[in-house]
Amino acid sequence: MTAAAATAAVAAAGPHGFLSPTGVEIAFLLVGLVTLGAALVTVTTRQLVHAALWLVVALGGLAVEYLLLTAEFIAWVQVLIYVGSVVVLLLFGLMLTRAPIGRSPDADSGNRWAALAVAVAAAVALVWVVVDAFRTTWIDLDGPAAGSTAVTGASLFRHWVLPFEALSVLLLAALVGAIVLSRKAKADAAPAVPGKEGAR
Amino acid sequence: MNGALDVALRLLVVFVVFLTFPLIVGQTEHKVMAHMQGRLGPMYAGGFHGWAQLIADGVKFAQKEDVVPAGADRRVFQLAPAVALLPYLLVLLAIPIGPGEGAVGQVLDAGVFFVLAVMGVGVLGSLMAGWASANKFSLLGGLRTAAQLLAYELPMLLAAASVAMAAGTVSLPGILHSFHWWWVPWQIVGAVVFFVAGLAELQRPPFDMPVADSEIIFGAYTEYTGLRFALFLLAEYAGIVVLCGLTTVLFLGGWHGPWGADGLGWVWTLLKTALLAFLVIWLRVTYPRLREDQLQKLSWTLLVPLSLAQIALTGIVKVVIS
Repeated sequence: MTAAAATAAVAAAGPHGFLSPTGVEIAFLLVGLVTLGAALVTVTTRQLVHAALWLVVALGGLAVEYLLLTAEFIAWVQVLIYVGSVVVLLLFGLMLTRAPIGRSPDADSGNRWAALAVAVAAAVALVWVVVDAFRTTWIDLDGPAAGSTAVTGASLFRHWVLPFEALSVLLLAALVGAIVLSRKAKADAAPAVPGKEGAR
Repeated sequence: MNGALDVALRLLVVFVVFLTFPLIVGQTEHKVMAHMQGRLGPMYAGGFHGWAQLIADGVKFAQKEDVVPAGADRRVFQLAPAVALLPYLLVLLAIPIGPGEGAVGQVLDAGVFFVLAVMGVGVLGSLMAGWASANKFSLLGGLRTAAQLLAYELPMLLAAASVAMAAGTVSLPGILHSFHWWWVPWQIVGAVVFFVAGLAELQRPPFDMPVADSEIIFGAYTEYTGLRFALFLLAEYAGIVVLCGLTTVLFLGGWHGPWGADGLGWVWTLLKTALLAFLVIWLRVTYPRLREDQLQKLSWTLLVPLSLAQIALTGIVKVVIS
């Protein structure tokens, strides 16, 4: 959605400053802080299911950020895919494990510093790319929505159709791989698993 | 009209609808079920055919002690009913009942995605309840809820996508503005898939395996009492209203009718929604509960292929007529 939207936004950009923030910018910042806090709790809490529930807060906060940036379609898809499906899948998986109520003393990893390093590196890379790409681009909130479904669809299937197709192929490969892996596991464990449970 | 007043009025109307329509559906269910089973149903509360039965039930629920099990995860346990109920309130905001600007709570650009996304969030409430109750029946109910949601979310989405393709928009009023009567036969397979998958997401009979009382007491809601339990029940009936309203808007033409679409559009919408709600009750009385593996099989081997076929059909017809 970048190329077309960015040029339109640049054209509409007037004098903006960081010292006189508008209400939307303050809201954006506050929601961002909540999202970041929820994400931090997600990875630090010792209660497994609470981690999944804080993840809902973090992902929902991200959806609100998209809304504030006028990208309504992206926001709802974020809720639909991540909150509605990925977290449900996570909770489903957690319910199949022990996932006790209360703290899990062994819910910790020796890799925490390595994980922190990877997370910081990824964050730096993303922030750098975004800052480099957009710099002083401002979205004109009063004009037509820059992230409506029609605009998103047009830019996705006109300017970015090749990456879109490449991602589709990647996902298809992952799907096929998952099927192959689960078939093999099922054949090995067939005598141990009663038929009804194995079907799922 | 003043902008803020307008918004407040819309919110108030949606809230009143949210509070009353589920109760009407519930009372209808009492009576319709009773008559289909050759009995009378509630007859005493309120005098005339037991019309106040649900109010009496509400008073009873409010009087009960609010118990949280000692081993439960207290905060998640208490939060779960709100998470289950509130999404339906939000969805009601986006459903248009008439053609005018004033007949919808809020026009959304990506309305179809909004309603499906928010409805999916409601299931988190059942999962939270199932896990936080510290009860094995609740946990089993939560597991079944999750498995059911994962299976039926896909056909529901695909069926809705078919309508969005036909209309060329994902806005709910936009879909209705481009509706023609022949869409009903054209999209009928998608309509059936959507309605059945929606029933399964609401865990209504015959898809009520997650709350099967003869096996796991009441599934994820086993440990709940009083008002919190009432909120879960209210969520189920609000879900019926939302599902029937959505099916009406997406597949049955909403405010369009043989005559009087200009002034009486909202009557058509309500009439179709009420008919579908009656169908939901009828199905509950008619069919026995599906077993867990039958549930999964129905979704993956029947509904998903059907919805994919519907999308193919929609695409072909769309290309031919354009």
